[in-house]
Amino acid sequence: MAAHLKKRVYEEFTKVVQQQQEEIATKKLRLTKPSKSAALHIDLCKATSPADALQYLLQFARKPVEAESVEGVVRILLEHYYKENDPSVRLKIASLLGLLSKTTGFSPDCIMDDAINILQNEKSHQVLAQLLDTLLAIGTKLPENQAIQMRLVDVACQHLTDTSHGVRNKCLQLLGNLGSLEKSVTKDAEGLATRDVQKIIGDYFSDQDPRVRTAAIKAMLQLHERGLKLHQTIYNQACKLLSDDYEQVRSAAVQLIWVVSQLYPESIVPIPSSNEEIRLVDDAFGKICHMVSDGSWVVRVQAAKLLGSMEQVSSHFLEQTLDKKLMSDLRRKRTAHERAKELYSSGEFSSGRKWGDDAPKEEVDTGAVNLIESGACGAFVHGLEDEMYEVRIAAVEALCMLAQSSPSFAEKCLDFLVDMFNDEIEEVRLQSIHTMRKISNNITLREDQLDTVLAVLEDSSRDIREALHELLCCTNVSTKEGIHLALVELLKNLTKYPTDRDSIWKCLKFLGSRHPTLVLPLVPELLSTHPFFDTAEPDMDDPAYIAVLVLIFNAAKTCPTMPALFSDHTFRHYAYLRDSLSHLVPALRLPGRKLVSSAVSPSIISQEDPSQQFLQQSLERVYSLQHLDPQGAQELLEFTIRDLQRLGELQSELAGVADFSATYLRCQLLLIKALQEKLWNVAAPLYLKQSDLASAAAKQIMEETYKMEFMYSGVENKQVVIIHHMRLQAKALQLIVTARTTRGLDPLFGMCEKFLQEVDFFQRYFITDLPHLQDSFVDKLLDLMPRLMTSKPAEVVKILQTTLRQSAFLHLPLPEQIHKASATIIEPAGESDNPLRFTSGLVVALDVDATLEHVQDPQNTVKVQVLYPDGQAQMIHPKPADFRNPGPGRHRLITQVYLSHTAWTEPCQVEVRLLLSYNSSARIPKCPWMEGGEVSPQVETSIEGTIPFSKPVKVYIMPKPARR
Amino acid sequence: MYGTGFGCLRWLAEGGAGQDVGRSCILVSIAGKNVMLDCGMHMGFNDDRRFPDFSYITQNGRLTDFLDCVIISHFHLDHCGALPYFSEMVGYDGPIYMTHPTQAICPILLEDYRKIAVDKKGEANFFTSQMIKDCMKKVVAVHLHQTVQVDDELEIKAYYAGHVLGAAMFQIKVGSESVVYTGDYNMTPDRHLGAAWIDKCRPNLLITESTYATTIRDSKRCRERDFLKKVHETVEHGGKVLIPVFALGRAQELCILLETFWERMNLKVPIYFSTGLTEKANHYYKLFIPWTNQKIRKTFVQRNMFEFKHIKAFDRAFADNPGPMVVFATPGMLHAGQSLQIFRKWAGNEKNMVIMPGYCVQGTVGHKILSGQRKLEMEGRQVLEVKMQVEYMSFSAHADAKGIMQLVGQAEPENVLLVHGEAKKMEFLKQKIEQELRVSCYMPANGETVTLPTSLSIPVGISLGLLKREMAQGLLPEAKKPRLLHGTLIMKDSNFRLVSSEQALKELGLAEHQLRFTCRVHLHDTRKEQETALRVYSHLKSILKEHCVQHLPDGSVTVESILIQAAAPSEDPGTKVLLVSWTYQDEELGSFLTSLLKKGLPQAPS
Repeated sequence: MAAHLKKRVYEEFTKVVQQQQEEIATKKLRLTKPSKSAALHIDLCKATSPADALQYLLQFARKPVEAESVEGVVRILLEHYYKENDPSVRLKIASLLGLLSKTTGFSPDCIMDDAINILQNEKSHQVLAQLLDTLLAIGTKLPENQAIQMRLVDVACQHLTDTSHGVRNKCLQLLGNLGSLEKSVTKDAEGLATRDVQKIIGDYFSDQDPRVRTAAIKAMLQLHERGLKLHQTIYNQACKLLSDDYEQVRSAAVQLIWVVSQLYPESIVPIPSSNEEIRLVDDAFGKICHMVSDGSWVVRVQAAKLLGSMEQVSSHFLEQTLDKKLMSDLRRKRTAHERAKELYSSGEFSSGRKWGDDAPKEEVDTGAVNLIESGACGAFVHGLEDEMYEVRIAAVEALCMLAQSSPSFAEKCLDFLVDMFNDEIEEVRLQSIHTMRKISNNITLREDQLDTVLAVLEDSSRDIREALHELLCCTNVSTKEGIHLALVELLKNLTKYPTDRDSIWKCLKFLGSRHPTLVLPLVPELLSTHPFFDTAEPDMDDPAYIAVLVLIFNAAKTCPTMPALFSDHTFRHYAYLRDSLSHLVPALRLPGRKLVSSAVSPSIISQEDPSQQFLQQSLERVYSLQHLDPQGAQELLEFTIRDLQRLGELQSELAGVADFSATYLRCQLLLIKALQEKLWNVAAPLYLKQSDLASAAAKQIMEETYKMEFMYSGVENKQVVIIHHMRLQAKALQLIVTARTTRGLDPLFGMCEKFLQEVDFFQRYFITDLPHLQDSFVDKLLDLMPRLMTSKPAEVVKILQTTLRQSAFLHLPLPEQIHKASATIIEPAGESDNPLRFTSGLVVALDVDATLEHVQDPQNTVKVQVLYPDGQAQMIHPKPADFRNPGPGRHRLITQVYLSHTAWTEPCQVEVRLLLSYNSSARIPKCPWMEGGEVSPQVETSIEGTIPFSKPVKVYIMPKPARR
Repeated sequence: MYGTGFGCLRWLAEGGAGQDVGRSCILVSIAGKNVMLDCGMHMGFNDDRRFPDFSYITQNGRLTDFLDCVIISHFHLDHCGALPYFSEMVGYDGPIYMTHPTQAICPILLEDYRKIAVDKKGEANFFTSQMIKDCMKKVVAVHLHQTVQVDDELEIKAYYAGHVLGAAMFQIKVGSESVVYTGDYNMTPDRHLGAAWIDKCRPNLLITESTYATTIRDSKRCRERDFLKKVHETVEHGGKVLIPVFALGRAQELCILLETFWERMNLKVPIYFSTGLTEKANHYYKLFIPWTNQKIRKTFVQRNMFEFKHIKAFDRAFADNPGPMVVFATPGMLHAGQSLQIFRKWAGNEKNMVIMPGYCVQGTVGHKILSGQRKLEMEGRQVLEVKMQVEYMSFSAHADAKGIMQLVGQAEPENVLLVHGEAKKMEFLKQKIEQELRVSCYMPANGETVTLPTSLSIPVGISLGLLKREMAQGLLPEAKKPRLLHGTLIMKDSNFRLVSSEQALKELGLAEHQLRFTCRVHLHDTRKEQETALRVYSHLKSILKEHCVQHLPDGSVTVESILIQAAAPSEDPGTKVLLVSWTYQDEELGSFLTSLLKKGLPQAPS
């Protein structure tokens, strides 16, 4: 054992030594940085073999080059290029040239001539392709220069006849990125006739190499993306490519056809082998529909996706996509959908089917049956039955988009969507439920469809069930039986999965308020009231009973006759629920009862404008502040903050703005308070303790500014400037306080320097906004900058102090849309008295379920914190997959947190809360002089701080000692 | 060009019960190679008609000498049932190709069938277990998309066909000629298998099954949903569900369907599967995951879908257990065995349900109850009253008319040949294929031979130098079009090469002969020969701007390699004779020149 320990010690020791060595090495590298081009030159001259040279070049490519030295490096590279015999080295040089020309701040027109020059003499196809790539980089860097573009296009055209597909590919890419369609290009580059790029690219649609064909189509698409209008003539060419042997060609061709159909939807094209003519968009729609049954799934996905965005297509073509003529032994057969519909309309519903009721009926005329439809027939029927789930999802999405734009189509596709609820892949099921919700305004569910929909409520996946609840919230049901069915199934769902309680109640709330007249006849049955007998009073705590009541009360809101059917205890229960679940139970106008809230609710709506006005007025009052005496100012600020907070509570839509401004005002208030302290006037050493207030204020202002910057969505650059300015003031305050409380000058030197640096940064980042900051702290500070740079720390502090006092209060412009990020932890609820028991040293998984509002990029910012009673805190990063996005601005976090601790003697509570992490440098544009290579990416994305943004929830846990 | 014949012959079900219970056996001759596709048996017969008539292939001589290989598309008995008889009793020692799952499952089925035929029915002259084993030793297993070289010329390649586990379509290729045989296939995916797929291989002939030639089926989703709903409702109300199945194929699909549904809906009701043959087969289903559909392939790392969680082995005693349950039992037509026993026990209760997932032959209990009979006479004069609900669900794994058309469209064959279907129905499909795809289509009767001529393409090697030289003259984008090329074709040791004429001469050791044409042109010109030559020179120079026209010191004029000399015939000083001489290669230019000169020279300025 001892020997083992000893070994460990040695190991650790040696490790330390190694690390030191590494550090030294990195320092050396930095020293050699400045003379980049010279070093490269020396390296390349030293290289004895092509392999060596290649190594040097690879090493060189790892580090970035400053804009100033790019040209020198390029010259050296070119020089070596001419001398080099090995094509692989030349290839690397060519690629480096391309990389270098992309450097920001470097204008690559000076190397273009050289690049074209070496292009003419190059023999190797690979190097040629790479050089063309370089030219492409140069060309895209100089989008304004017509002459260069034309010249490059010319070069590309020359090399189009190359035998290598790689070279032709690159040429086409170049043409797509730089070519222009307009013939009337200014002829400042004489001798270069303008070319019809589209025609040239179009010629390569029939190239022998599929890669080149693909590149040609891609180039065409690129032309379109750059805003050049393609000619309609390519439509026919593209249609021919749909039957290409290679999938990438077909896939690209489908895209091209889609593009053309969007450009010329109304032009007329003839149908081959007949005299008829149809709209181009319809023709294209039919062709793309045909591709939904292509042999390659990549093409199928592509086609299915694009179908969704073809909204101009005529309705009868659209409806064909869901059409499939069934037959059996040449006799026409009805689809199950048609049969279900018929059964329903004949009044007989799902009465157990006899064998053979799907027996085929009428004879089919053999001549009239078309087995391969030229048009759109059954495209979605195929797409939804596809083997690959990618295709099915794409088809569902397309169906959704088309149904949103066409109500009649929505009605028709319902059957198919309902069918998709039984797909084998959960993603597809979920997607189709979401789709259904999106189109639910346009549709009314038939009873048999509702039946199928409700059957899915038993699904074991929580996501599916919740999506289904959301769907039911906004569905229209046609009959009272439907409502009853829905209620029964939801209650069944509730008993099977009690955790769905909230979601089911919410669902019933909407179901009730949407269908008051359908609920009315059900009320006696649901409340089990009897005309003669009194029935037992149901248990008030039964979630199922509450669910029924939620449905009824919400229906009763718009149905004044309903309360007459209630029995006494129902009224009592109403009063109880109205208080305990006020978000689910609306205010009712009950006979013989005063309605307190009814007077309030309409007035709130009409007051919307005044409250906005009030907000504006109170803020304006504050911004005229600098003229008031400090005491009055403080009071006014305090009042305004209070007003704003109250306003935020009352008016949920103004909460974001009110909170945001209140926070800002609070910062200002703190600043004023800190500066007003009488202690400033007295000599420093005496007030070591008392300066606590000022330093605490500085700290709090810092925190608040971080909150302002990162907790609100919709903050614009205007506000960021002000926030940063406030933070700068806080830093100044901190500096002053430290200066007064610390003895000795040494630490002060560093702090002063740091502060001045920050002022400098501020100036650089927000240089465009500086004019708006008239009379402000920074404005004054920048005027005094030259003096500050040269003066001693003590003097600096003095200057800061006076500037801070004299500076004006900046007006915070309010953003259009601002929302405060918030989070509520739904689960764990923190109510349980039963501790979670587990063996110490092992882990226990705690299910956390929370809703997040207005959080941007929650995957990276939201963390879960667990605080143990001993003060130990643990931060957990949830997986990206744990976040769902049920609606705009809303997120849902469902994750598991692993808890572990050493043994306790008795159960204790741990706190769980959500944190919003931020990184202050993320929002600021990256400074160009900081090189990417120097800072490791880990440092850049690291978390700088966290803001708690949810109420903590307490969880009772009990780690037990392990039994031996 | 040679014409090569395809001889195609097949045997069809003659009368009998099922559409797809016929014997499948097709003989193809392609470029001198003979391949037998499938070796099926007829389940309806118990005599010699059961097996194909192999004497048809060769009257005398051994089968091994005549056939190059045998290919089995999948393990259904109507496609492989006669294999042991064919290889062991008739005698065939050549290779037999099939996919790995087929190779694994085929002997189980053959053995099972043999047991029923020999042990139960007591038939003589039937193959033995040993024969099945010996026969399987001759099998060569192939992978999907693997090109197997049967001999130097013949190669085969398997494509995925859906239908049942391991079903494959085969491409048979000799030189540039190829045939695709589909076997049975399914173009719509189901719960455990994917859809058939083939690349654009453009065979000369596509032989496709046409079981559902006149049917277009509804979406499978409705069927599945109906099935699940029925089972779920019955079980919820405390009833028992009996699903009679054949051991392989549909049974697995239904199992997966129910299993996933149970999983999704969190149901606890037991599902049983009758043991025996199925257990063995399920074992193979677990192994051949790459042959299943996307969902199973993607999730098998977490859980193999065939490792059923909810489906347990059935025991006889379970049938009397109270409470709801679902039982899969063999055989599928309720004519004997376990399924019939359970049926008799449960038939009296109206809560229970029987679901027939497939077709039932006339005369079986299954057929009777499906046609609505409620009182059944069992053996021993018992009368069984059927109170339980009877449902029919068709789960079939053949391509429908649309699917067949889709496959033909994918493969783009030159000719289509329909087999494995009823003549009347095939007629309809044939007409459709010819109309809509413009592909000629055949539907031979049993024993009929179809011969198809093919255009044979002969590969010729070309020397790189010549190719490059010729390429340089033309523009690239039209490279796919035929182009005129000058060269010499050398046929030597049965290979063809195209080389430039210089190289051909060198190789053959021949001296080059020059062929020159000479022509006299009379001109009226009174001047001297030199002057005439000069005039000719200036005239040609002015017209032929693109050619090199020279005036040589000896008084003659050359255009490229064409020589023109002026001479004065002694008898008439007023006319001059121009001698024009050119080689064969310059024929075009030479004839142009003479016609030009014959028109005379322009009047010179005097």
